[in-house]
Amino acid sequence: MEEELKVIVFTLIDEEYGVEVEQVRTIERMLPMTRVPRTPAFVKGVINLRGVVVPVIDLRGRFGLPEREYTDSSRIIIVAVNGMEVGMIVDSANDVIDLDAGQIESPPEVAGGIKAKYLRGIAKIGDDRLLVLLNLEEVLNKQEIVQLEAMGE
Amino acid sequence: MMELNQYLSVFIDESREHLQAMNEDLLELESRPDDIGIVHRIFRSAHTLKGMSATMGFEDLAHLTHQMENVLDLVRSGSAEMNPSIVDCLFTSLDALESMVEDIVQGGTGKLDVNPIVQTLQSVLSGEALQQMETAAGSAVAEQTQNETARGELDDFQYSVLVQSLRSGSGVYRILVSLREDCVLKAARAYMVISGLEQHGEIIQSIPPVDEIEQEKFDRSFVLYLVSSENGANLEQLVRNVSEIGDTVLESLDEQTLKAYRAGGQPQLKTVAAQSAETTQAPAAAGQSPAREPAQSAAKRKSAAVPAAGRTIRVDIGRLDTLMNLFSELLIDRVRLEQLADEIRSNELTETVEHMARVSSDLQNMVMKLRMVPVDTVFNRFPRMVRDIAKTLGKKVELVISGADTEMDRTVVDEIGDPLVHMLRNSCDHGLELPEERAAAGKPETGTIQLRAFHSGNHVFIEVEDDGRGINREKVLATALSKGIVASEKAERMTESEIDQLLFASGFSTADKISDLSGRGVGLDVVKTKIVSLGGNVEVTTRPGIGTKFTIQLPLTLSIIAAMLIRIGGEKFAVPLASIVETASVGQEKIRQVHGNPMIDYRSGVIPLLFLGDLFEVPGYSPAEREELDVIVIQKGEKLAAVAVDEFIGQQEIVLKPIGSYLGGLFAISGATILGDGQVALIVDTNALIR
Repeated sequence: MEEELKVIVFTLIDEEYGVEVEQVRTIERMLPMTRVPRTPAFVKGVINLRGVVVPVIDLRGRFGLPEREYTDSSRIIIVAVNGMEVGMIVDSANDVIDLDAGQIESPPEVAGGIKAKYLRGIAKIGDDRLLVLLNLEEVLNKQEIVQLEAMGE
Repeated sequence: MMELNQYLSVFIDESREHLQAMNEDLLELESRPDDIGIVHRIFRSAHTLKGMSATMGFEDLAHLTHQMENVLDLVRSGSAEMNPSIVDCLFTSLDALESMVEDIVQGGTGKLDVNPIVQTLQSVLSGEALQQMETAAGSAVAEQTQNETARGELDDFQYSVLVQSLRSGSGVYRILVSLREDCVLKAARAYMVISGLEQHGEIIQSIPPVDEIEQEKFDRSFVLYLVSSENGANLEQLVRNVSEIGDTVLESLDEQTLKAYRAGGQPQLKTVAAQSAETTQAPAAAGQSPAREPAQSAAKRKSAAVPAAGRTIRVDIGRLDTLMNLFSELLIDRVRLEQLADEIRSNELTETVEHMARVSSDLQNMVMKLRMVPVDTVFNRFPRMVRDIAKTLGKKVELVISGADTEMDRTVVDEIGDPLVHMLRNSCDHGLELPEERAAAGKPETGTIQLRAFHSGNHVFIEVEDDGRGINREKVLATALSKGIVASEKAERMTESEIDQLLFASGFSTADKISDLSGRGVGLDVVKTKIVSLGGNVEVTTRPGIGTKFTIQLPLTLSIIAAMLIRIGGEKFAVPLASIVETASVGQEKIRQVHGNPMIDYRSGVIPLLFLGDLFEVPGYSPAEREELDVIVIQKGEKLAAVAVDEFIGQQEIVLKPIGSYLGGLFAISGATILGDGQVALIVDTNALIR
């Protein structure tokens, strides 16, 4: 199955990650966020995206990676999955590349500190670059959020 | 034919209106059969409908309506008297017409094989069935006489129904079932035979009538006339498979042999009651064995639902929604301008903005009103539905509607239909008792369901109240315990109203037999979820033996509400004005501690004091530093509470924005709004703050 996959590349710490272009609505700079009480720590709040209220999560926090202050290059990637619109805060986002299905291998148990279930695969691009493809449905899995909220109560 | 397509939507709208009017008139006619004026009205509607259908080329529609016209003409000219069978026949025709129109709406051709119904109508016309019905209707009310020799097993009406079934390709069978001599549970075995056969066809006639069979008022055998497309041998096998069944004689009938059983055929059983004329006509209609008393239901409307005589215009809903969206954006800008005018302090600017505020307020009211439709649009199909249900259940029900002109936002009106249907079915099925039970309890045989709609405050209330047997609390509690919905320790301490609310729990049903209508236990739970998703609430109150009342509360407007902006720490929140009883300022020294809970004096009692900053975990919140606390007094049912905030910023109209489905089930947050400065502020759901 030789599909071509167009992928948006972003970074978290020093690793590169990708999400399919079809799932991405827009990429924004950091916007003022309104905190939402009693949500998991990685849910940073909601933003006003041109008249629409969108929830935003910090992807580092979501994956249990150490969080840090946002910089000029930090971005919010607004994705749409399963009828939900959510923004994800990443360290930077600047590339769009094409991948063949052939370049993608299945992910190891843990890659960059992230559990396999959040990953779709690993792609080798160029000599040295490894791209971790995200499984957005798992990343934005509501059931998990509910469980996390219940545990946190 | 191209030009006609423009008229299609007009045709659909007007057809629906005429059909609705005919349904209502026919219901009225049923309770007042002598009122010729109503017959005239129905005739005119049918006539108009016929003309429109013919023009648009919908031949089957025109054909059926034409036959209806003929029947109605007979009645209005005095050549025939209105009676229950004619009424049923007309109702069946109306149903067929409706399904044809709906087919057209879906893009179909509106074709339907109307022959069976047309033939029934024609048999009415030819007077054959007519005279038979009149005499039979008279004797149906009389006491049945024992040992009356049968005039034949099939009266003319049933005969014609069976003939039509044969002509449309179904099989007709006469089944003589005899139970074994040593059979003990006669009624049960008979019931098993009957229900087994009903799954493969319709029983048009039964001798003796089904209710007598159920009361074991028969010797050892009974006769059934069945219409079925199932193979005769299979049917016979089905009957024989029931235990304790002895001889079974199955006769497949054709038009010739059928005649033998009509007036003058061999009397099979000694006691045959005069048959009531309530058998349904076309095989397509639900086949019921004749009931001894026709179940009646009359629908009356207390409030005169006279359509407004004003001029109206049809508007596409999509356009209204667009208008609404544009308007809510305008509102955000207006608020911003008001803020700027405050800051800039130019007289001219302030005056202009104030004027704009007034105009946009009026504009807002108008836009709100555009979206409002009277609940009547939903209520108007209920009288017919209740009538049909009551008939199926053998109960007598009167539906009394009031406040049908109460207006609600159209989206809410669209969505509230299904929950109401379910509650009405519940009342008919579980709430109201059978006529005999009611009489035994000293109640009038006809049960009443009241359907009321009215405004109060910022809400619309809809009540469904019946005078039935009420909710059996022991049974409810027992069922909840057995289904694990409630733990036994908790069960002991539940108040009566808490037990009543168990009805809305998921997976709950006390029906012993899952009736076709409403026994699956999913209903009320789904009803409540639906109503809550509309921003409303539903409660039930009941008095055993006296009746049950469901109260639905819905918001009047959906997207723009008046709110109080408050500040806690560095964060702003909005509290809907409708949730606020009062605002006040309380000195720190006035706070009492009761069992470790902070309380304050309020009116003649004490109410709990809640610190929203703590509940919401607002960073850096420290109320202890302030000398005076600003509080909002909120209410839930009878309970009151005070909520401490840092500051009242001011009252504002805000546009409700959905917060998206990713963050479901937030604590005490019902939505979000965008403030004039572009910031998002969360809207507090005060109901969640009071336990």
